[in-house]
Amino acid sequence: MDIRTRVKSHKRKKVDGAEQYPHVLQFYSVPPTETISLQEFEEFAVERLKVLKACETAGIKHIRGTEAYNDLLHKEIRKTKLRNILKTSGKENLTEEDIYGRKLDHISHFILRLAYCRSEELRRWFLQQELDLFRYRFQNESIQGSEEFLILNNLDYTPIPSEEKEKISGELAYSISSGHVSTADFFKVYFTDALDLVKSRKVYLKGGYAYVVRDDLISILLSVYRAKLSKALSQTSRALPHLEEDDRLLPMLCGLSKRYLGQDYTNKKPSAGQITADMIEVLSKKSFPLCMQHLHQVLKREHHLKHGGRMQYGLFLKGIGMSLEEALKFWKTEFIKLIDGDKFDKQYAYNIRHNYGKEGKRADYTPYSCMKIIMSNAPGPGDSHGCPFRHTDAEMLKQKLRTNGLSKDAIEEVMTTTKRGHFQLACSKYFEYIHGGVTGDGDVPNFQHPNQYFEESQKRLNGDKGLSQSTPKTPKVVRRVPANSQTTPSQSKSQSTAQTQNSNFGELDDDFMMTEEEMGLLDQKVTN
Amino acid sequence: MSEKHNYDPASLPDLLPVYYKRLFPYGPYFRWLHYGGVPKTYFLNREFSFTLKDDVYIRYQSFVDQSDLEKEIQKHCPYKIDIGAVFSYKPKERKTIKASAFQAQEKELVFDIDMTDYDDVRKCCSGADICEKCWPLMKIACKIIHAALVDDFGFKHILWVYSGRRGVHCWVCDEEARKLSQTGRTAIAEYLSLVRGGENQTKKVSLDETLHPSIRRALNIIEGYFDKYSVKKQDFLDSPEQWDKVLALIPIEDVRKQINGLFDSLGTNSSTRLTILREQLNNAKEYKKMKMTMEEIMVQLCYPRLDVNVSKGVNHLLKSPFCVHPKTGRVCVPFDVSKVDSFNPFTVPTISQLLDEIDNCEITDTTKKVKDFKKTSLAASIEVFEKFLKNLEESWKGKLLEQSDMKMEF
Ligand code: SF4
Ligand SMILES: [Zn+2]
Repeated sequence: MDIRTRVKSHKRKKVDGAEQYPHVLQFYSVPPTETISLQEFEEFAVERLKVLKACETAGIKHIRGTEAYNDLLHKEIRKTKLRNILKTSGKENLTEEDIYGRKLDHISHFILRLAYCRSEELRRWFLQQELDLFRYRFQNESIQGSEEFLILNNLDYTPIPSEEKEKISGELAYSISSGHVSTADFFKVYFTDALDLVKSRKVYLKGGYAYVVRDDLISILLSVYRAKLSKALSQTSRALPHLEEDDRLLPMLCGLSKRYLGQDYTNKKPSAGQITADMIEVLSKKSFPLCMQHLHQVLKREHHLKHGGRMQYGLFLKGIGMSLEEALKFWKTEFIKLIDGDKFDKQYAYNIRHNYGKEGKRADYTPYSCMKIIMSNAPGPGDSHGCPFRHTDAEMLKQKLRTNGLSKDAIEEVMTTTKRGHFQLACSKYFEYIHGGVTGDGDVPNFQHPNQYFEESQKRLNGDKGLSQSTPKTPKVVRRVPANSQTTPSQSKSQSTAQTQNSNFGELDDDFMMTEEEMGLLDQKVTN
Repeated sequence: MSEKHNYDPASLPDLLPVYYKRLFPYGPYFRWLHYGGVPKTYFLNREFSFTLKDDVYIRYQSFVDQSDLEKEIQKHCPYKIDIGAVFSYKPKERKTIKASAFQAQEKELVFDIDMTDYDDVRKCCSGADICEKCWPLMKIACKIIHAALVDDFGFKHILWVYSGRRGVHCWVCDEEARKLSQTGRTAIAEYLSLVRGGENQTKKVSLDETLHPSIRRALNIIEGYFDKYSVKKQDFLDSPEQWDKVLALIPIEDVRKQINGLFDSLGTNSSTRLTILREQLNNAKEYKKMKMTMEEIMVQLCYPRLDVNVSKGVNHLLKSPFCVHPKTGRVCVPFDVSKVDSFNPFTVPTISQLLDEIDNCEITDTTKKVKDFKKTSLAASIEVFEKFLKNLEESWKGKLLEQSDMKMEF
């Protein structure tokens, strides 16, 4: 599969296309075949990016599907060149403009697919926003428009007959959030078609079938779309190396994804290697977001963190510029208060080196973003990771805010924001209070990433931006290690030949806690 | 629990070769993972991993057939065998193919329930330890998960296995389950999870008044155990220190205080206090706001706690049945979930016991043809496994079903 041909070959530029785009909505199953200039390529991408960003902002500020959410999204999309996607279907005669709008929708989606397929983090972001966009658009459709779309995509389910309905009407009540079972239409689908509803227990299940009420069909649609898109994204990412032949496209694609998600905080930071283990204690108080501060405190108290916590905190520390040797030292100092050094080396050191592994091609250990922390991998009993704004009891959170010196009013504000479900915003507000109040222009950075929080904090405290200097006792990040220190990569290579991952045999877990990426790495090292 | 055949972890290297030579049920084991050869490559492309002595572990093992499997297991005598996914190619040959083409495609849907995850709600033990006071939690877990898998998801081929130490594993082997995507696995695991939140959330359960049928069913199961378990086994309202943890789950402070007072003045033991708790919750002025509180308490204390990460990934390895747990020496045996109430983890045979048994048999028993495992206390578990296999085999025999039934009459 050569991606360039999709974008560049097939010299054909006719604006017929009514049959190519029978509906204003699409699942983007077929790649576009138009030839477009490099300039257009970038322009389309930027416009769609604006739309997706609007989806994200609306989702952070408001609850999906509410009037406020819809209004904001509408307003923002109208400002972009993709404003035509706000149209709904149902018009008999399509104008050239209509077709052009659908084409733009189509092409711009595919360009961003290329730009956002390269890492799990990027894919996750893109998928989420595209799904939200689709949901918003589908819900604007009339019943007729939505039915047409279902039929076009072979999803024309038929309602179950009323006798069947009567038999299980008691149970069906659980599939329905409002209205009456007797007047509603139910569709019986295999449960894998309704995973979102299954996951949240919003549907009645029997013998492998989910009984879905008409209003929830959107959920089925979204899961179909999600499955298609995430498959396509991983296929595209595998095919992407072909693109490298074109040395103009790749940098542009990289630039595009950076433009919005910002840095991925992987490595190559200017501060790389400058953070040492003994600085963490102070830094954690001054510049760590609550999630990391908490993990640090637990580590200090328990001399241990469970897997989820080790990953979240370890990658964060790597992101702020802690070298591998320092990380090993840091973790070891704590852990050996509880276990002996040998056990640490066997059981944990490997994973830490792993996080720093650079040689594995599929390795992709980026520090977790807020979205990842908040949305996925929620902490279970005994876990300490997660986002305090999302995963901590209100009382305990309040307590923490108090301990950290927030005034009553400030606490009140942060708590209200939290209760409304705006966790990242709450975090930003917390940041402002901690760093000496909201700055003049009221420009609260909306944190996407714990490492962003850290850097922002360091900037404020060290005055790089000439901002509030209210806390003069803050330590400067001292540049002790020469910037071109070469120790890290070579070290990690030589040490990672270790063969063991588990502890002494008595403590073997029944399962391996390993991600696909970790497996990719192991693949190269542990051989038979 | 007295141990007739004392197991000493240090002797494991001496015991394993005999176990793998004479007792490991290769035949049924292969029939399971071969899945009738539909498709042919199913067994060939399956990953196994071995953990050897001194923590050396080797991944991406794969075998061509039963005798290959036997040979390799006996050669390495692994301390632990893990079963992984079915890949697009033979795991052993993965180096000869492009990394991106080598992908995990299918695997049984698995669940891992581990007693360590209940540490905040059991006072008898912690960590890897279990005792008869906390074991009822596993019974409840098996029943609830099994009922949901069968009634709600329509799965038929479910193998329950004791992990050899502190928990149970569940292998759902239906074709639909093996083909599930990561999203599908995640959705099922979430559907089955009610207790949420880490150490920073006291109240880990909140229930809607209109209980989803699956939760209703789970509550019925819990109710069957609750009083006996919480009062007799855990004595959970024994001291202020104990009951504070329970009362913390009551959302309204006044009620909490009042019950606390009554616990002190009227309550005499866990049993009377449980009665007080129920009455007070039912009769409180604020009843409307606490309709589900008793249920929430029961769920938080007893509802299964899954390690969802194990279930989510197609590529996640899980310890194989019939391994020997290195620490306890107990065999990781399948059990009949419908008889989970009488399953006793403390009588699961250890490797040393089994080897003693075959030795003893040899002296008394002269009939030659009997398979070794049949002479031991492993026989019952293998029978459970055979029963599971028989049903499973019927699923792919399809139309041959009638014929195989006829054959069995002879
Ligand atoms: S919003 Fe992000 S940075 Fe802030 S506490 Fe939560 S996860 Fe950490
Ligand atoms: Zn116990």
